[in-house]
Amino acid sequence: MSLPIPEISQERLEECRRFMFHGIPHAKALGMELLSLEAGKATMSLICRPDLVGNPHTRVIHGGVVTALLDNTCGIAVAACYEKATPLVTLDLRIDYARSARPDATIIAQAECYCLTRSIAFVRAVAFEGDNLTSPVATCMATFMPVETSVA
Amino acid sequence: MNYTPSTVSPSNQPIEAMNQFMGSIPYAEYLSLAFNSHGDELTLVMPVAPHLVGNSVIPALHGGVVGAFLETTALMQIVWASQKYELSRTIDVTVNFFRMAQVDQISYARAKIIRQGRRTAHVHAEAWQQNHHKPIAALHGNFLLPE
Repeated sequence: MSLPIPEISQERLEECRRFMFHGIPHAKALGMELLSLEAGKATMSLICRPDLVGNPHTRVIHGGVVTALLDNTCGIAVAACYEKATPLVTLDLRIDYARSARPDATIIAQAECYCLTRSIAFVRAVAFEGDNLTSPVATCMATFMPVETSVA
Repeated sequence: MNYTPSTVSPSNQPIEAMNQFMGSIPYAEYLSLAFNSHGDELTLVMPVAPHLVGNSVIPALHGGVVGAFLETTALMQIVWASQKYELSRTIDVTVNFFRMAQVDQISYARAKIIRQGRRTAHVHAEAWQQNHHKPIAALHGNFLLPE
């Protein structure tokens, strides 16, 4: 049975923003930035760099970088559905790569938790290059689960 | 290091060629990937590194990193099997996460080409840490083969 996305306090959103910046080393290492956050919705950006290139011949960015950005944006969107700090894990991710991202591009990812149940959060996200909203780089459907921190 | 397919000479051992190829991929270097090979079986290795951590509270490796690791393994298996040192294009991937990836353990992954046609390949890949029978994640995806 799905629950409505609750109203989330500004304090909690601020806590999510802080965690995004301090608590996720890989996001920081890739230079991900949180552009906006509200209950169930997040927008993040990533500036592509030469060390993230996947194909040395064509110089396009590795798909894994887009995967990491989409996974992260989805995760933060879900975290902002809970008023209490809730550790989350990704259950599954499905990504369709529509277009390659150029090595100097800024990739923007937008995620929305469209359905929340007691055990699972369902998210959809899209990544596009710069402000080219009409032609996405990738689209994503994902599910996340809240967990206990002590579970291995 | 500039790499073009024409620099692979027929006299190169496949392992040497694979080392050279993987070394030319900046993102593979960023994840510090290495590989072991046994005949036609390729195992990719991702070492422990602080910049791969996702949620530092749990803690667990970043889901995107595990996905990237699996995707790279799938791409490399296509290269290894074909001995053509050109990357396919990822069309779509589905990654399923089974267990939290421990931040202080080395990760391993292997891929299997389920079907390779003229233009596309469908590949499965699995990643594990200490126990091969307890995978941390699996991927299945479709890849557009180089022309």
